[in-house]
Amino acid sequence: MLHTVNKSPFERNTLNACLGHALPDSAVLLIEDGVLAAVQGTAHETEMRKALEQHSVSVLGPDLSARGLSPEQVIPGINVVDYAGFVELTENHDKVQAWL
Amino acid sequence: MKYAILVNEGPYQHQASDTAYQFCKAAIERGHEVFRAFFYHDGVHNGSRFPVPPQDDRNIPVQWSELAAAHDIDLVVCIAAAQRRGILDEGEAQRQGKDGDNIAPGFRISGLGQLIEAGIQCDRLLVFGD
Amino acid sequence: MSEPWEEEGPGEIRKFMYVNRKAPYGTIYALESLEVVLIAAAFEQDVSMVFMDDGVFQIKKGQDTGQIGMKNFSPTYRALEGYDVEKLYVEAESLSERGLSEDDLLVPVEVMSRDAIARLMDEQDVILSF
Repeated sequence: MLHTVNKSPFERNTLNACLGHALPDSAVLLIEDGVLAAVQGTAHETEMRKALEQHSVSVLGPDLSARGLSPEQVIPGINVVDYAGFVELTENHDKVQAWL
Repeated sequence: MKYAILVNEGPYQHQASDTAYQFCKAAIERGHEVFRAFFYHDGVHNGSRFPVPPQDDRNIPVQWSELAAAHDIDLVVCIAAAQRRGILDEGEAQRQGKDGDNIAPGFRISGLGQLIEAGIQCDRLLVFGD
Repeated sequence: MSEPWEEEGPGEIRKFMYVNRKAPYGTIYALESLEVVLIAAAFEQDVSMVFMDDGVFQIKKGQDTGQIGMKNFSPTYRALEGYDVEKLYVEAESLSERGLSEDDLLVPVEVMSRDAIARLMDEQDVILSF
């Protein structure tokens, strides 16, 4: 299944809640303020790198760009996708849980 | 594939409605059907035709109306949530004794059953909220 | 050739999970989520409600909203059984993190570990989060 996270990890526990419930074969997509977790050099990088060992993690590029962040700043291993890529993720996973 | 969308936040305050809209556009471009968008909680405000945003900004209700008209999306505003928040169609305005309605073109007011039905009929149901 | 998402036959009962992660009263999500579940019960699908994170406070005993001017809707959780909504799951970790135990809850529930909730979530067809 696919999990989406739309909150900054600096503000809410949403990412934590998501990672605590995502089974190993689940995918995680960071959108909206959730994209702030995808960047290198933040206090959440270690947590994200650990998540990458178990999950496929993607981040919504348009939300990164909007916040002045570039794909080059994203932690290696996290896929940067556009809205079409978001749709593709929902095609490949039978259900979606939005962690709000 | 057949998609249903649940939008839980109003326009402008939160990105949820924008993300839902961009997702629907992309899904349609990939050949999918967006069967229904259901608006709940403050999301019912997406169904008002009264917002007048600055000219250089997007008009979110108009965007939804146009997308729905072009691709036959059923835009449903939850009646219980709409009654709380003052979103009315002509019939509701009459029933509640209000002096006007404000529902945007392409939107209709109906019950929560429409959300459950969409969950039963569609291949995917996505939630956009806060 | 049928697509992978077309495998399910018509009329099949779907598994709906309602995920509640927010405390009551601070926002309307808990109340309106409960309203969805009550409507959903009529559709005779396989309904389960999960309370995790601050959502466990939705079913905390002894809620008294007398001084905040809002309606105490917590008695409605006790009515769920009458609607044949009997699968109420509470996450053990969420309870203990908040200094709560099963005795603090106003309805009979099944307390499950985070891992068990995660597996249960993975078995669903539709997940609605508010």
